[in-house]
Amino acid sequence: MQVDPQEYYVPSESYFPIVASVSLFCLAFGSASILTAAENSGDMGMILLFAGFLSLIFVVISWFSKVAAESRDGLYSAQMDRSFRWGMGWFISSELMFFAAFFGALFYIRVLAVPWLAGEGEKGVSHMLWEGFVNQWPLMTTPDPSLFKGPDQIVDPWHIPLLNTILLLASSITLTFSHKALKLNNRNWTAIWLALTVVLGATFMYYQVVEYHEAYTELGLTLASGVYGSTFFILTGFHGFHVTLGTLMLICILVRVLEGEFTGEKHFAFEAVAWYWHFVDVIWVGLFVFVYIL
Amino acid sequence: MTMKSTFREKGGLDLLKVGIFSIPFLFVTSASADWQLNMREGVTEISRSVYSLHMTIFWICVAIAIVVFGVMLWSVIHHRKSRGAKAQNFHENVYVEIAWTVIPILILVAMAIPATSTLKKMYDSTESDLDIQVTGYQWKWRYQYLEEGVDFFSSLATPAEQISGEAEKTENYLLEVDNPLVIPVGKKIRFLITANDVIHSWWVPDFAVKKDAIPGFINESWAIAETTGIYRGQCAELCGKDHGFMPIVVEVKTQEDYAAWIQDQKQQQIEKAKSAEKRWTLAELMVTGKEVYSKSCAACHQESGEGLPGAFPALKGSAIVQGDPSGHINIVLDGKPGTAMQAFRDQLSATELAAVITYERNAWGDSVGDIISPSEIAKLKQ
Amino acid sequence: MTTGTEQMIDKALVTPQTEHHHGPAKGFSRWLYTTNHKDIGSMYLWFSLAMFMTGGCMALLVRLELFQPGLQFLQPDFFNQMTTMHGLIMVFGAVMPAFVGLANWMLPLMIGAPDMALPRLNNWSFWILPFAFSMMLMTLFMDGGGPNFGWTFYAPLSTTYAPPSVTYFIFAVHMMGISSIMGAINVIVTILNMRPKGMTMMKLPLFVWTWLITAFLLILVMPVLAGVVTMMLMDIHFETSFFNAAGGGDPVLFQHVFWFFGHPEVYIMILPAFGIISEIIPTFARKRLFGYSSMVYATSSIAFLSFIVWAHHMFTVGMPLMGELFFMYATMLIAVPTGVKVFNWVATMFRGSMTFETPMLFAIAFVVLFSIGGFSGLMLAIAPADFQYHDTYFVVAHFHYVLVPGSVFSIMAGVYYWLPKWTGNYYNEKMGQLHFWLSFIGINVTFFPMHFVGLAGMPRRIPDYALQFADFNQISSLGALLFGCAQLLFIYNIVACIRNKNQATDKVWEGSNGLEWTVPSPAPYHTFTKPPKID
Ligand code: HEA
Ligand code: HEA
Ligand code: CUA
Ligand SMILES: [Cu+2]
Repeated sequence: MQVDPQEYYVPSESYFPIVASVSLFCLAFGSASILTAAENSGDMGMILLFAGFLSLIFVVISWFSKVAAESRDGLYSAQMDRSFRWGMGWFISSELMFFAAFFGALFYIRVLAVPWLAGEGEKGVSHMLWEGFVNQWPLMTTPDPSLFKGPDQIVDPWHIPLLNTILLLASSITLTFSHKALKLNNRNWTAIWLALTVVLGATFMYYQVVEYHEAYTELGLTLASGVYGSTFFILTGFHGFHVTLGTLMLICILVRVLEGEFTGEKHFAFEAVAWYWHFVDVIWVGLFVFVYIL
Repeated sequence: MTMKSTFREKGGLDLLKVGIFSIPFLFVTSASADWQLNMREGVTEISRSVYSLHMTIFWICVAIAIVVFGVMLWSVIHHRKSRGAKAQNFHENVYVEIAWTVIPILILVAMAIPATSTLKKMYDSTESDLDIQVTGYQWKWRYQYLEEGVDFFSSLATPAEQISGEAEKTENYLLEVDNPLVIPVGKKIRFLITANDVIHSWWVPDFAVKKDAIPGFINESWAIAETTGIYRGQCAELCGKDHGFMPIVVEVKTQEDYAAWIQDQKQQQIEKAKSAEKRWTLAELMVTGKEVYSKSCAACHQESGEGLPGAFPALKGSAIVQGDPSGHINIVLDGKPGTAMQAFRDQLSATELAAVITYERNAWGDSVGDIISPSEIAKLKQ
Repeated sequence: MTTGTEQMIDKALVTPQTEHHHGPAKGFSRWLYTTNHKDIGSMYLWFSLAMFMTGGCMALLVRLELFQPGLQFLQPDFFNQMTTMHGLIMVFGAVMPAFVGLANWMLPLMIGAPDMALPRLNNWSFWILPFAFSMMLMTLFMDGGGPNFGWTFYAPLSTTYAPPSVTYFIFAVHMMGISSIMGAINVIVTILNMRPKGMTMMKLPLFVWTWLITAFLLILVMPVLAGVVTMMLMDIHFETSFFNAAGGGDPVLFQHVFWFFGHPEVYIMILPAFGIISEIIPTFARKRLFGYSSMVYATSSIAFLSFIVWAHHMFTVGMPLMGELFFMYATMLIAVPTGVKVFNWVATMFRGSMTFETPMLFAIAFVVLFSIGGFSGLMLAIAPADFQYHDTYFVVAHFHYVLVPGSVFSIMAGVYYWLPKWTGNYYNEKMGQLHFWLSFIGINVTFFPMHFVGLAGMPRRIPDYALQFADFNQISSLGALLFGCAQLLFIYNIVACIRNKNQATDKVWEGSNGLEWTVPSPAPYHTFTKPPKID
């Protein structure tokens, strides 16, 4: 490292933050006006949404490539490297809490709300309002089927979900291999294992889409089919969203590897993405157990 | 700077004393059991034990406050630079630190014991003599006597003129309803509290009963009123626009009066049903309709029928109102699920429903001209 | 600090400036593009002041309507919007950003770091806020009006029965969440990773400690808030039924998730305040803080407990008895560590050599008035009694005592305390003390009577009330006006302090010590570019 390690790199002015904020605003405002479909703001919303989205993509890319460049110019001391690690670590733990909120909702509903509505437990009197409603999970008939028709069937955990579990677990392993290879400065294998990881991730997403399609077309399992559908789709959907992000990040890393970036010692971006990917993987295991099997 | 401040702080300090002394003083005044200042003792065993809990904790806090603030004030007065106080340099002492961790814990335990037993009592709603289902609606209460089958709505009786200030405000301003809840004295009443739309909260301070009314769930609570009389409360959970205008009035009657009242209620229901058979003229319906409208509809759709843009749709010139009666009748009887438009099927008698629908169709200039007859609604209500 | 350190610092300041160590850029772009913790800190603070005024004026509208019984000025629905917006803006727009601003300014100076750990991210955290809040304020002008369901936005009032603008509100909350999380990450990383050699954890000033713990709270609960608004969004637009019993959901689920965020949130608004007070009292008592380590442990235990008490906001929703008892006991426990802090502050003043400049006056008032708020909090914690207190003005009194003379006073104390370091000038002490006394009186006149109307049975969030509450409400409204106007002095004093020169010494206060007082006043644009030596 060129700079004397005493010195902590403080970047000079940067337009990324402000642009990012503006795009975030457009993104949010656009989506909101589309959802509320406020008169004639519909198409205006679309424009905002896309403008925001594109500029956000643009900022993210240029921001990260700036960081990469700075790192290449050896501006980062070991301390700066630690800052990034801590940062990524805490970011992931916040993500963990995001999922925790949804898992919490699932448990509350299964363990407390549904039994109460069905006349069990301390608040069983509530059953007065829902004659004939029985406690079961998966919740095939909702308290008021006229408003929320329960699912006809649920996803069989031992087909696509099991396959997806295997895919993701495998992808974690391939990613670890790739990392090992990188540590040994074996670039070809790094790239190969990494590419394989991307493929596995993409396949996972593909099957997730297939599963959703089946759920909607054949199983009658939708967002609207009562609280089972609600919890099922918010948890799997939110996770799917993270897998998509993860896959994109993996692709970026792959590109950078192919461009000959990263060294055996210095490859934080790679590690950060790896952490993220393993995190998404762990969440999935939780999903597989609590959403699909139990 | 600090030099300057040394002779400045004096003035500041005397004021500081006044300020700090005034606090516990104010606290004490709040305790002088003037109901205007303090919690009401109420008329049930529970409410009294809650009151005494409240006072105990309050005095404990006052005591602690006096000690803590006292010590602080003392050093503020004596240990200041202007008095030539030299700073000592002790900065920890395990023993005192343990002491002021343990003592508060003991105090808290002392508070927790009575609190626990009171709470246990409050939660034991078994062996009730009378079950009443209380349902919160935007913005009125419904009371169903599950045994007798008596069932009525209770909404604000204070005239709009008093609220807008056009008329003198009377004693029970905002705490008066058209049909109060009536219960017998000395009997254990079990309230099954729920809601129809959003969350409300049924609160009668004199019974120390406050339970949220959760749509789709039922909360239990109970009370044994020991003295007859009229007890007033309010909805205690933000439930939208008129949250401030859905009071609760409970009339505690002697056994006999209560029995008589129940009879009377049953009688009235029969008459209501009868009135549907009678033939009604447009004029008559319009008169009744206007009353019902102002009571049940105007809160959202406004007297003018123009609604509130974005929040509540206008009826004046609306497709449904102009359109063929069945659509109009449907939405009034069964409401529009997932919106603030509630089902009035059980809220209003056949006559009232017919009247208000007729009124809506013929008021505000856009007169469709047709009459909805009570008898036909009565059929639909079966 | 040894003189050695001073030399180090002087050296640091004269070291040949490398590319990124030039002074502030010219013009407005400085504020848009800056990566400097001092600039960003100042922006946070100005933003928070603006929000404080906005939210305060809304509060004044509320007080105006409540000045006498009957509906005079605000229609009920607009009144609810004002109450809601007031709460949201004060919590998320005034108090939180103010503390982040102070953190940005002071953390690097206090631990001897050149800047925050991730400067660009830092600037982003700030710039999200103005956009988030303009979006939230815009809702007031959309048809159906803005959020009118209380700052706690309970479902289904905030979902099925909400005005259309709720969607914008939801996204605004998402944006604030992003901002807070990134801000918190920055704080944690800065504290854990940017300390120079010798600055061990147990040497950290308490403001740093309390902020570290606050940042952990933020990271753990902000995502949960995001989660709950996301579920709202789904219920509103995508036919899910999380909060709808008809589909098997439960409106109370919303409250559990919200308060799991909400209660730690209120401690997020007080822990940094504890930190500030723990800095100021020793300075003006000219005596080392009593029980430093117990302060650290107390703060940590408060933070821990704050995760297992959330349902004390829900005593009346009809939880099973066991839950009710558990949350009652856990809540009561919080009085213990908080007490330890109060006692430590008193013990610090005891046998000190005190002077009473404005920051100290605010700090002393904080100790007293916060404790009073704490006592009423403890009363609320007693579940059976809470059945009478809940959703009355007694609660409103409680949380204004902990928030206004608590959080807000601590912020003002901090501003007066550090202003000379920021601007290089002393503020006008006389005016500062006047501001204090007017605020002190205003606050008590406004909020003390609320205890009485609350106990007498006045529910909160109502635009009109029964006649027996009239007198006290009138007093409250007048007090509010007094307190509000008093803030004009504050604003004037700050501006004046920036404008006219009254050169402050580097040490600023006779009794002050700590790294931040070793750099010149005003603090140069870049400080501690070389880590200071600490013994
Ligand atoms: C800065 C914010 C802040 C702080 C610090 C606190 C602190 C506390 N709060 Fe408060 N609270 C709020 C902000 C805050 N609160 C808000 C905003 C609401 C309303 C939300 C809404 O509904 O809109 C609320 C509501 C609220 C409720 C719900 C009331 C209801 O809706 O029915 C309860 C109930 O338990 C409660 C309890 C407490 C307790 C026990 C503390 C404790 O931390 C207090 C501890 C301090 C002391 C006790 C004083 C000092 C201690 C000593 C001197 C030691 C000796 C003392 C004893 C042993 C007694 N608070
Ligand atoms: C940190 C948070 C914070 C702060 C600082 C305040 C400050 C104030 N609050 Fe607030 N309040 C809340 C948090 C806060 N509040 C919350 C969370 C709620 C619950 C909301 C809900 O129920 O959902 C609430 C609710 C609430 C209510 C209950 C409303 C209701 O239930 O319907 C009331 C009523 O009096 C009130 C009053 C005030 C007043 C008078 C101030 C004053 O201290 C404000 C003083 C400030 C100013 C006046 C502005 C600054 C000065 C100027 C701009 C100069 C110009 C001034 C003039 C022109 C006079 N607040
Ligand atoms: Cu009903 Cu408030
Ligand atoms: Cu709380």
